[in-house]
Amino acid sequence: MRLHHFRGGVHPPGRKQFSADQPIQSLPLPARLYLPLQQHAGGPALPVVSVGQQVAKGELLARAQSAISAPLHAPSSGIVVDIGQFTAPHVSGLPIPTLVLDTDGEERWPEREPPPDPFGLDPEEVATRIGDAGIVGMGGASFPAAVKLSKARQAGVHTLVVNGSECEPYVTCDDRLMRERAAEIVDGATIMLHALQASRALVAVEDNKPEAIQALREACAHDPRFQVLSLPTRYPTGSAKHLIQLLTGLECPAGEPGTEVTGILVHNVGTAYAVQRALRHGRPLISRIVTVSGGAVAEPRNLEVPLGALAADLLAYCGGVSDDLVRVLSGGPMMGQPLPSLQTPIVKGSNGILALTAAELGPEQLPDPCVRCGRCTEACPMGLLPGEMARRVQHDDWAGTLAFGLNDCMACGSCAYACPSRVPLSQSLAHARGALAEQRRAEQKANYTRQLMEQRQARLARQEQAKADAAAQRRAAKDKKQRAAVTEEDDE
Amino acid sequence: MIFAILVLTSLGSFLGLLLSLASRFLRVPGNALREEVLELLPGVNCGQCGYPGCGGAADALVDGKASLALCPPGGAVLIRTLAAKLGRAPEGGDAGPPLLATIDESRCIGCAHCGKLCPTDAIIGAPKQIHAVFQDACMGCGACVEVCPTECLQMRPQTPTLTTWYWPKPVLQGA
Repeated sequence: MRLHHFRGGVHPPGRKQFSADQPIQSLPLPARLYLPLQQHAGGPALPVVSVGQQVAKGELLARAQSAISAPLHAPSSGIVVDIGQFTAPHVSGLPIPTLVLDTDGEERWPEREPPPDPFGLDPEEVATRIGDAGIVGMGGASFPAAVKLSKARQAGVHTLVVNGSECEPYVTCDDRLMRERAAEIVDGATIMLHALQASRALVAVEDNKPEAIQALREACAHDPRFQVLSLPTRYPTGSAKHLIQLLTGLECPAGEPGTEVTGILVHNVGTAYAVQRALRHGRPLISRIVTVSGGAVAEPRNLEVPLGALAADLLAYCGGVSDDLVRVLSGGPMMGQPLPSLQTPIVKGSNGILALTAAELGPEQLPDPCVRCGRCTEACPMGLLPGEMARRVQHDDWAGTLAFGLNDCMACGSCAYACPSRVPLSQSLAHARGALAEQRRAEQKANYTRQLMEQRQARLARQEQAKADAAAQRRAAKDKKQRAAVTEEDDE
Repeated sequence: MIFAILVLTSLGSFLGLLLSLASRFLRVPGNALREEVLELLPGVNCGQCGYPGCGGAADALVDGKASLALCPPGGAVLIRTLAAKLGRAPEGGDAGPPLLATIDESRCIGCAHCGKLCPTDAIIGAPKQIHAVFQDACMGCGACVEVCPTECLQMRPQTPTLTTWYWPKPVLQGA
């Protein structure tokens, strides 16, 4: 198959050698797990258990509240000790509604019948089961997988792309998963093909992971619908839009995922693995593989972690961090977010915990002025002008920023990486996105309060009218009585 | 002589009639811009701007006598929309997060005075029960603050949440 090309992109040093050769190990079960109720795109899950309740491993803790939401299951057996606020794994360090589970170490699964053969099920039923298992996109965006599958099937998608490109530096969790559990990934992808009613699966892996490519080729050799593709290593190959462009030469339209136009759906290898666990073994999504790496980690590792374990638990298991630690990131160095505290939980979308030293991060100093060299423009894989946008952001010119295509920016960070003046382009654009979202919220609120005001005034008017009507009725009744009395008197 | 009086009287009354008819049927209904500005304002007539209600504020805005930042309930969004409507530069937009009513529950005595005044029904509570402010509906007009007998109702900046937080604007050298 001939590969196409996408513009832009960067080649950051891979630094995967820290953890690439470390086989997946299980993190010892922490005594306490912190499970944020929102670990996915969409509405937060609604708790169905109460404080003090004993739960079995894999039992439903919180249900999906709407079509775009995902349920949450117990990563281990134990007792629910609290449903309250806990620090979110987010750069702000703000709290998020969280369910706290004290584990009892028994790892007790409830008695359950083995699930039926997925290929005997209706495609929609397969998607429903994937949704009920709490599976979301494991690549980081955490969009509910079932919603994506159902929509894609209705749109007539013909090709599933299993995304194992893992283009972020340092992160090796998908690499290890592909090397060690290739057969399960291929089986999961076959189930997804059935759910999609699609005819072809392309497994896309960057060429810096030859062992994974080899393992996958062996695992899918029996199925002619599968093809494993080795892609040139370049950031951000793992982005769905760019993967589609690499494979088909088609550019996804602005403002939509491009699944309908191109007939291609992209799912991460971790998602395929989770689908296999759910449909073949009846296991909901309660753990994930996390890479713990970075120059400040004593023993970088790939860990299979129950959801809700704290970043501190992971780092402690990997030998702790050295004194030259400067920053801890959740995710890769390109798109990951700095963690304000190590007391934040692993969620469904966490793929890495990186403890980085000053030598890896580069010097902390104010950016130099922009020299208009144009490297951000060359690096932007979406064909935007990040420098121009950032200049407009500095002057709060939101209309101008939007006109330069802010909504097409996918926040990959290539521009900031390429900038020789270290201008924080990514942060400028993130600020603009936030400010515009705030404006939209304020406008919505203004409309809402206006509506409330009108409703209140209408209600007050109704009450006034009702009072007047009642008074008129009383008067009329009184008059009638008086008249009746007068006529009676006349009769007498 | 008689003829002149007759002519002038009839002419005067005829023209007077014409004028009165014209003033009735050909009247220009107010300043159109004023109506549009009034439509943008919150319309609660809270009086925080110092003008008699939103109508007075609209008059002052159209005449260019008032600052665009006159309306606390409207917030930064209103400043921007007014600036666009009136062709003026946005001013005083960095007022920080909007102030919303909050109730200190330990001091609320359930007098139920505040709820009656709220123009958007954002205060929940019954007599002799602790009241609460539904912050999604509070527009920060402050009408409730004055009536609270225990001063437990105060205007406070909105607390940031994961949905409202976003990256601050980066500091650039020489910018």
